[in-house]
Amino acid sequence: MSKNTLTIDGKPVQFKEGETIMEAATRAGIYIPHLCHDPELEPQGNCKMCEVKVNGRNCSACTFPAAEGQKVLNNTKELNENRRIIVQMLFVEGNHLCPGCEKSGNCKLQAIAYSVGMMDYRFPLIYPKREMDSSHPDILLDRNRCIFCEMCVRAGREVDGKDVFAISGRGIGNHLIVNSPSGLLKDSQLEVTDKAANVCPVGAIIIKRHGFEIPIGQRIYDNKQIGEVSVATEKVLEEKIHG
Amino acid sequence: MTWSESKQEKVLTIVCKHEKRQTRLLQILREVQEEFHCVPRYAIEIVAAELGLSRTKVEGVVQFYSLLSLEQQGRFHILFSDSITDQFQGSRKLMDYMSAKLGVKPGQTRSDGKVSLGFTSCTGLCDQGPAGLVNGHWISRLNESQIDRIVDMVEREVPVSSWPLEFFHVEDNIQIPGLLLQSPIEQGEALKQSVRQGFDEIFIEVTRSGLRGRGGAGFEAAWKWRFCAEGPEDYSGLSLVGRNERYVVCNADEGEPGTFKDRILLNSNAHQVIEGMTVCAGVVGAKQGFIYLRGEYYRLRPKLEAILANRRANNLLGKSILGRNGFDFDIEIHMGAGAYVCGEESALIESLEGKRGVPRVRPPYPIDRGYLDQPTVVNNVETFAAVAAIAAYGGAWFATHGTEKSKGSKIISISGDCERPGIYEYDFGISIAEILMDCGAENTLAVQVGGPSGGVISGKEYHRKLAFEDLGTGGSFMIFNKKRDILEIVRNFTHFFAHESCGFCTPCRVGTTLLKNQVDKICDGHSTALDLVGLTSLAKFIKTASHCGLGQSAANPVLGSLSHFPQAYKDRFKDVVFEPGFDLDESLETARQMSLRDDPWAHLEQ
Repeated sequence: MSKNTLTIDGKPVQFKEGETIMEAATRAGIYIPHLCHDPELEPQGNCKMCEVKVNGRNCSACTFPAAEGQKVLNNTKELNENRRIIVQMLFVEGNHLCPGCEKSGNCKLQAIAYSVGMMDYRFPLIYPKREMDSSHPDILLDRNRCIFCEMCVRAGREVDGKDVFAISGRGIGNHLIVNSPSGLLKDSQLEVTDKAANVCPVGAIIIKRHGFEIPIGQRIYDNKQIGEVSVATEKVLEEKIHG
Repeated sequence: MTWSESKQEKVLTIVCKHEKRQTRLLQILREVQEEFHCVPRYAIEIVAAELGLSRTKVEGVVQFYSLLSLEQQGRFHILFSDSITDQFQGSRKLMDYMSAKLGVKPGQTRSDGKVSLGFTSCTGLCDQGPAGLVNGHWISRLNESQIDRIVDMVEREVPVSSWPLEFFHVEDNIQIPGLLLQSPIEQGEALKQSVRQGFDEIFIEVTRSGLRGRGGAGFEAAWKWRFCAEGPEDYSGLSLVGRNERYVVCNADEGEPGTFKDRILLNSNAHQVIEGMTVCAGVVGAKQGFIYLRGEYYRLRPKLEAILANRRANNLLGKSILGRNGFDFDIEIHMGAGAYVCGEESALIESLEGKRGVPRVRPPYPIDRGYLDQPTVVNNVETFAAVAAIAAYGGAWFATHGTEKSKGSKIISISGDCERPGIYEYDFGISIAEILMDCGAENTLAVQVGGPSGGVISGKEYHRKLAFEDLGTGGSFMIFNKKRDILEIVRNFTHFFAHESCGFCTPCRVGTTLLKNQVDKICDGHSTALDLVGLTSLAKFIKTASHCGLGQSAANPVLGSLSHFPQAYKDRFKDVVFEPGFDLDESLETARQMSLRDDPWAHLEQ
C-alpha cells in the first residue's frame, strides 16, 4: 500500500497529514454515522455515534487522527448496536414526537434511527421539562428536541462570529442558553441566514413558516438512506474546505 | 431596575483583584458567590464585559459547578455530605432534624434569606462524619445537640467567624503511618539534594524509584515527566530556542467519595508536597505551577498560602531558587467549586483555564498540550509527596518497598464500619484481610476499594492485595458490615455519578440517569427479572462507550454488585405475575393536582 493509507472495514483509504479518520472516510465516500459532526466546524466528539474501532480500541472517528496502517472497523454488528443504543438514549432524553414535528423527514436523528434499525425506545422515557422560545420573528427554538450536539454553538462562534448559543448546566441538566440580555432569541443577534440557525440536525432550531413547503414523503430522508445523502453532500463540502 | 453602585463596585473590585484574566473566571465567580450568596445576573454581565467573554460563557460556568448558584442562597448556607458513609452515620435523619428546626427544606432558601440547606457530594471527612459545610467551612461529627447549637447561632445571626472553634475541629486521624508519613523530609531537603545532584540525576532517581501516579490510574511518573520535558518541539524538530512554557499541576481535587488522604497531606505535609512540585518543575523546566484545590477544602487555603509565602521568603520558591540561576518557579492556588469530574486531568486543566470542567478530547494529551495548550504535568498530591522523598532519600530507598510493579507505599483513607477509621499507610502488596484486621473491622460484608469508581469485593477475596497489578486504588477504602444493604450502597453511588456527569457525551449524560432510574426502580421494589438483563447491557454500554474515566467507571457499582451479590437484586423482585414498572398511584399525582381532587376515587391501589 502507498504511504498515508489506512483501512476501513478492510478497504484501503488514503488520508492527508493531519486529517481525522472521519475526514479521510468522507473523502473516500465511506459513511460513518454521526450527529455532531459537520465538515465546516471544529470536530468535538460528543454524540459518540461515530465511535469506530481503531486497532481494537474504541475511538471517535471525528476527532481521532488518521495514521499510517490503522485498521479501522466501522460497519460492524457491535458498533451498529452501540449506535442504536445512542439513538435510543437521545430519543428518551428529550421529548421527540416525530409525527407532529415539522422537521420529520429532514431530521438526522430520525433518519439515523431508521438506518440503524431502531424499533423501540428500549429505555423508559425521561420526559424532561424544557423551555421553548418562540420570541424571534423568524426562528423557533424548541429545547424539547435538543440533543446537545453543540453544532449551533460552534457554528455561531466559528462561522457566524456571533456567539449566540452556549451549553449551560451539568449532566442531564444541560440546556441550551441564548446570548442576549433577556436570554430570549429575539434579543440576540441570530439571523435567518446564519449557519447557527440552519445547522441543527434535529428540530430544535427551525426557520419559521417554511416547515411544510416540501410535503412529507418528498423530504430529504423520506426516500434515501442518510448514509447515501451524507456521503454525497459532505464529500463535496469536505473537498471544498480541506482541499 | 439597575444594580446599586456599591454592588457593582464590589464585583469590579473582585474582577480587578484577578487582573481581569479569563483564566481566573472560576476564582472570580467563587468570590462573587461568597459576597452575594449567589452569582447575580448583574454580576454575570459585569464579569463578562470586563473579561471580554460572552455572558453565556460565564453563565455556563456558574451552572456547571455545584458550589455556585444563580438562585439566592441563605446568608448561612449549610450543606450535608451525602457520601454513603455519612448516610450510614445518620446524616439524612440529622438533615430532617435540622430542616424541621429551621423550617426550610434541603435545596431551598428560607424566605427571610437567612439560611439555605442542601446536600453535597463527599466532603472528605468520612472518618469523622456525619459531616458538612457551613459557608464553605467544615463541620464534623454532627449530632442533634450540635445541630441545636448551630440552629441557635443561625437564628441569632452570629457570623461564622465567631462560632466556637471546636465546631470546625478536623483531625488528621493518622492511625498507621508508613514509608512517607513516618519519615517526612526536612523543609528544603529534597531541593538541596536536587541542586547538588542536578535535575538529570534526580530524574534518574525518580525513574529508578518506579513511582506510579497515586491518583488511581497509575501512570509512571517519570514517563509523564519525560514526555512533558521533551514536549512537542522535539517531535517536530523545532529548536529549543522557541521552547514552549511548561506547567506543573498538583491535582488536589480529591473528590472520590471516601478519599481524604490528600487533606491530611496538605494539612500536615504541605511543605513536602510543594517541594515535590518544585523538583518536578526543575526536571521538566516549568516556571509556573498550580495547586488545584477542591472547593470543599477551602479551609486549607490560608494555611497553604502561608506555606507558599514562607517558602518564597526562604528562597525555596520564586526567582533563582536556592541561588541557582534560571531555576525560577512559583505556585498559585486555584479553587475548584464542586465538580467531581475536575479530578480528571484534562477537565481539571479546563477548569484551571476558568472554563466548564469538561474533559478534553485526547489526543493531544496534557503532556503535549495541557494548560493554555502548553506541555503540562498533572500529578496527584501524594505523588508529589513521594517525589520529594525520592529526591531526598533516593530512588532505590523507595523501590525496596512495595511489589514488583507497584513500588513504594500507598496512603489509604479508611471509612465505614470499623473500630478505627482514618489514615493508614502500607507498602504496596498488603492484603485486604490485614487491613481489615488493623482497623478493627468485623462482620464485613463488602469493601469498596477505590471509591464508587473502583470496585467492590466480598469475603472470598480478602486475600487479594493492594497493588496496581491486583487491586488498584486512589486511596478510598470503605468498609460495610453485614447490617448494610448492598443495594442502598449501589443506589448512592449511582446517584453520585448521575449528579457528577458533565453531560458532554451521550452515553454518560443519558446513561448515568437511566442507570439511576433503573436502580431506584429495583430498590423501590418495582422490578422484574427482565430488568436485570436491561440493567446489565446498559451498564456495559456506558462503560465502553463513554468519553472519559467518569463515564467508564460510572457503571462499576452496578456491575460489581451484580457479580458479587446477585441475590440482593433478586430479593427485591416482587413475587407476582404482573408487577407494574411504576407506582400507579403516584403517577396520578399530576392529574390530581390539575383536577384539584384528592378524594378516595382519585387514588388507585396497587
